[in-house]
Amino acid sequence: MIIMSVPRFWRKQIARYNLVGTHCQKCDEYFYPPRNMCPACRRDGEIEDFKFSGKGELVTFTVIHTAAEGFEKQTPYVLGIIKLKEGPCLTSQIICDPKDVSIGMRVSPVFRKLGQDGEQGMIYYGTKFVPENARN
Amino acid sequence: MRDVAIIGVKNTKFGEQWDRSFRDLVVEAGVGAVGDAGVVGEKIDSMFVGNMSGGQFVEQEHIGALIADYSGLAKHMHVPSTRVEAACASGGLALRQGIYAVASGMDDIVIAAGAEKMTDVPSAKASSALAAAADREWEGIMGATFPGLYAMIAKMHMHKYGTTSEQLASVAVKNHHNGQHNPIAQYKSQITIESVLKSIMVADPLHIFDCSPITDGASAVVLAPADIAHEFTDTPIYVKATAQASDTIALHDRRDITTLDAAVAAGKRAYQMAKMEAKDIDLAEVHDCFTIAEICAIEDLGFAKKGEGGIMTQNGETEIGAKIPINTSGGLKSCGHPVGATGIKQAIEIVQQLRGEAGKRQVDGAEVGMTHNVGGSGATAVVHIFSRNR
Repeated sequence: MIIMSVPRFWRKQIARYNLVGTHCQKCDEYFYPPRNMCPACRRDGEIEDFKFSGKGELVTFTVIHTAAEGFEKQTPYVLGIIKLKEGPCLTSQIICDPKDVSIGMRVSPVFRKLGQDGEQGMIYYGTKFVPENARN
Repeated sequence: MRDVAIIGVKNTKFGEQWDRSFRDLVVEAGVGAVGDAGVVGEKIDSMFVGNMSGGQFVEQEHIGALIADYSGLAKHMHVPSTRVEAACASGGLALRQGIYAVASGMDDIVIAAGAEKMTDVPSAKASSALAAAADREWEGIMGATFPGLYAMIAKMHMHKYGTTSEQLASVAVKNHHNGQHNPIAQYKSQITIESVLKSIMVADPLHIFDCSPITDGASAVVLAPADIAHEFTDTPIYVKATAQASDTIALHDRRDITTLDAAVAAGKRAYQMAKMEAKDIDLAEVHDCFTIAEICAIEDLGFAKKGEGGIMTQNGETEIGAKIPINTSGGLKSCGHPVGATGIKQAIEIVQQLRGEAGKRQVDGAEVGMTHNVGGSGATAVVHIFSRNR
């Protein structure tokens, strides 16, 4: 199952692999996923790349039992919204026992496989999260 | 700007309709609405049709022209026909575009329709098509599903306000109760709190009975300037407000996960335009794609205090005959959710209620009704207010 076309994934590969987002120097706001225009000052902003540490906390989550297409073999999996310590929020998976997840828990990033385009197709990697202090 | 009225309406049956095609459904709704209005084809100035994903559901784009063609309005009359898309708010947006056309004075008789044919693809493909209403690049790629996004709203609502799974279930139970009296409804079966809680978990805390179904269906209304509406019908229903608002495409970028700020903004704009408040509304059709969505909706529109939508529903205050009847049609949950049609179907339910034609679902003395149609997890919201009185 193709989860995304190769060029579409490749364009944002660095952002996905290394949690590279952007920063508006004028407003001092941080963006992940990256934005090329600051929603606060719009045209006036000066945007630069910024690498996030990935430390953050879990804002909310769910345990997915009926998977998205291409994720069927991963169920049940924990999907959450993570607030990075620099401010922005993102959606990712939390790798742990669903019983151990709670709102407000601290998380750290890990480099993981997201999915695969069939037996011999492209493998997609990206950033997932684990409870802070978990051994991985 | 001219006042606008709805002079004709028609829904097809909502449900799994294996024997009927996309174009069959649209033609039935369009012809039915025109017949209800008593309008002849030559009078129609333009058409707007809400359709989320003809491309993914039936591999057909260019929906506007297709519908004009099969409605007999293309080959000889060349009536302009425009497809409108805002995910599950496509229907509400088509209605709004139709209202613009009439209000501006550019057009007199306008058809606003909505349609979706969702069962020609396997349910996994349908779910995937629906997930395209969220941010494919930053939500979908991580394994987010639509129920998953609303489940995260529900989880946060429970955490912040103490909302319970029983309160979520009470939305579904009420909507099935209303839907049994709606001739077009997909599900007329009754459910209980226990059966909702025992149904399979889709995305914790949402069970399958917390979710609206996949549905085929089409709906259409005919719009006219209020000044000439009485030429067509004794009971024109007047558009008192049309409002729309946007928010971030991804749930994770919202100001508050448990509030759909676009719905709040569209609601405020609608109240302002109609010079009304929440207490002036006699009934509302809201976008209950999931049970939590109805709870957020009644809070966002001012019918419930923030955080109290669940308890208010559990206490029966949103039933027919109670304080503010919500989703008398059965809502998306029981009536069904052919995504492009839903916004138009909501308006038709209000029209039927205000005309006094809602049968066993009738809200006694209904004068003013509201519709609330949401795209994605809340990136588009469309709110309309209708009245029996001009």
